[in-house]
Amino acid sequence: MPNATKPLLSVRNLRTSFFQDEGTTKAVDDASFDVAAGKTLGIVGESGCGKSVTAQSILRIVDRPGRIVNGEIVLTRADGSQTDLVKLEASGPEMRSIRGGDIGLVFQEPMTSFSPVHTIGAQLIEAVLLHNAVSRKEARRRGIEALRSVGIPKPERRIDEYSFELSGGLRQRAMIAVALSCDPRLLIADEPTTALDVTTQAQILDLLRKLQRERGMAIMLITHNLGVVAEMADDVVVMYLGRVVEQGNVDDIFHDPKHPYTKALLQSIPSIDSAPRSKLPAISGSIPHPFNRPKGCPFHPRCISSIAGRCDTDEPLLKPIGAGRQVSCFLYE
Amino acid sequence: MSAAGLPQGTRPPGGDGRAATLGGDHAAGSDTTALLEVKGLKKYFPIRRGFLQKTVGQVKAVDDVSFVLNRGETLSLVGESGCGKTTTARCILRAVKPTAGQVLLSDGGEMLDVATLPKSRLRGLRRQMQMIFQDPFSSLNPRMTLLDIVGEPLLVHGVGSVQDRTDRVVELLRLVGLRPEYMQRYPHAFSGGQRQRIGIARALALNPRLVVADEPVSALDVSVQAQILNLLLELQDRLGLTYLFVAHDLSVVKHISERVAVMYVGRIVETAPTEALFASPKHPYTEALLSAVPKPDPRARSERIILQGEVADPANTPPGCHFHPRCSYAQAVCREKAPVQQEIAPNHFVSCHRASELSLRGVHRPMAGGGLTSHR
Repeated sequence: MPNATKPLLSVRNLRTSFFQDEGTTKAVDDASFDVAAGKTLGIVGESGCGKSVTAQSILRIVDRPGRIVNGEIVLTRADGSQTDLVKLEASGPEMRSIRGGDIGLVFQEPMTSFSPVHTIGAQLIEAVLLHNAVSRKEARRRGIEALRSVGIPKPERRIDEYSFELSGGLRQRAMIAVALSCDPRLLIADEPTTALDVTTQAQILDLLRKLQRERGMAIMLITHNLGVVAEMADDVVVMYLGRVVEQGNVDDIFHDPKHPYTKALLQSIPSIDSAPRSKLPAISGSIPHPFNRPKGCPFHPRCISSIAGRCDTDEPLLKPIGAGRQVSCFLYE
Repeated sequence: MSAAGLPQGTRPPGGDGRAATLGGDHAAGSDTTALLEVKGLKKYFPIRRGFLQKTVGQVKAVDDVSFVLNRGETLSLVGESGCGKTTTARCILRAVKPTAGQVLLSDGGEMLDVATLPKSRLRGLRRQMQMIFQDPFSSLNPRMTLLDIVGEPLLVHGVGSVQDRTDRVVELLRLVGLRPEYMQRYPHAFSGGQRQRIGIARALALNPRLVVADEPVSALDVSVQAQILNLLLELQDRLGLTYLFVAHDLSVVKHISERVAVMYVGRIVETAPTEALFASPKHPYTEALLSAVPKPDPRARSERIILQGEVADPANTPPGCHFHPRCSYAQAVCREKAPVQQEIAPNHFVSCHRASELSLRGVHRPMAGGGLTSHR
């Protein structure tokens, strides 16, 4: 690493593939990026870009028939030591202490990520007991505290309720409380507000910002919503069909995008600032099915700057083009 | 409106059995006469409990909604989940029977009340109002080919012969940007965006005048949303369609609509031309809603209005103005009396006691050349 300070999490050349009868899907294909301590990294992309599988790979919860084929995921622990998560046993004790301990996770669907037959408290206390040597009573006290810290009213009562008794926004807050109950240094939030209404989304994003300020934790925010990324992230990774196409700091990505996909994506999104009833510059075509992945650069069939004989045969590599800026496109070579 | 100006598609199938042709036969329709008038629409769902299923309460999903939809225009109903926007749309199509109120659809010069029309007469009227659904995956039967799906409305309404219907499906598929060669294929072979095009083709099969689109792009990937929005705008221009657009995404709404109606817990709180509503909202809820939308520009991070609490329960609505428990401008009167709708500016209606004294924040369009407009 060129930097003197070690990043909290460093993902290098990660490849995660799903080996199915129909063929192999390269869900994540050679992804590399860093998450700096205390900062927010936004990972943006549309469906099938591999953003969720990247998160699952980091937590080592990739479902079979998927597995990590290559790469390293280096986590800097609280004591400064470094651990390569890929080398750990997925269900071994060390990985289990990291998952939920060092790294917390918030899923998209708060309805399905809670067990409907256990109370919020049971699930919260379980997480606390798993990672801390404390009594049940103390765990319950911490659980109530965690619920209070995420802004759930009357936490003493809510802790004994079931997830279906809470509204969507409260449920997502409870989910965040579970993830934060063990003071993680990295919170992975996979589409944390996608299932929520805009005003609730604003509440949850505000909460995440506040918690980050108070605890100094890093957030890896996975989303398809460019507005949410612009709002929250310090650095941004743009993915398309399993590949990182561009990364840089948030201002560069939004105000000086380099990759044709990033440019087209930014232009094609309807914005609240735009003129009413104007035609949007749309990206042609649709995202290819993973089994029909185009040869060469995965974006070339939809790209307006595609170079015949180059983009359709060779795959561009992610290359630095400036301070903290990387892009994988032949236009910049 | 004279009978001569009636679009062809509204007549029963002619002697030649051919469905109305596509093209400009509706295009003259963008005058300001009302196509649809909704008056005092209510839909209450009973809450039943116990062995005898006694009604113990009511969910007031739609509570006294009134608006006018003019020919050739797009009106968007926006609001958060549970605000009654979809139920309103379903009442208009008579997919559910409203509890009270009128849904007047102009038909050959007279206004017919869809809400109370007997079933036998409703069937003919249904040709004039069609729906585009949210989820392109569950709204298409996986066991039917494109030809069957798009041709089904024609079959149901007994339009034309088999050959006529096939010709019409070919025409419709071209219209929505799909290749007619694909019409023997099944929906699974298509991507989300393409499936939504199939759904649009099906909705247009009978040449409707009113198209109700319930969240038509919210299930699609961002790069595909723009294609579908452009298609909807283009089809409206070509066919003179009138859209009632139901959505929660304000950025999408801004792109498609001429007028916007904001709903909160069963009531319309504000209706205004799009530009006016976004630039100078008059209802505190609209202000909060606009402020909550994350902007795709990191330089625009600003202090936003974060609403406290939760959307009110439509089964147990607060007294007075439904929004008052979350409203930072609320006063005693807001807790006691429900506000009456007033026209605060031309065509700008709002239901708020304090509408004329408050100065609320809208969204400002960035200067030309700045922000996201200057790439490529």
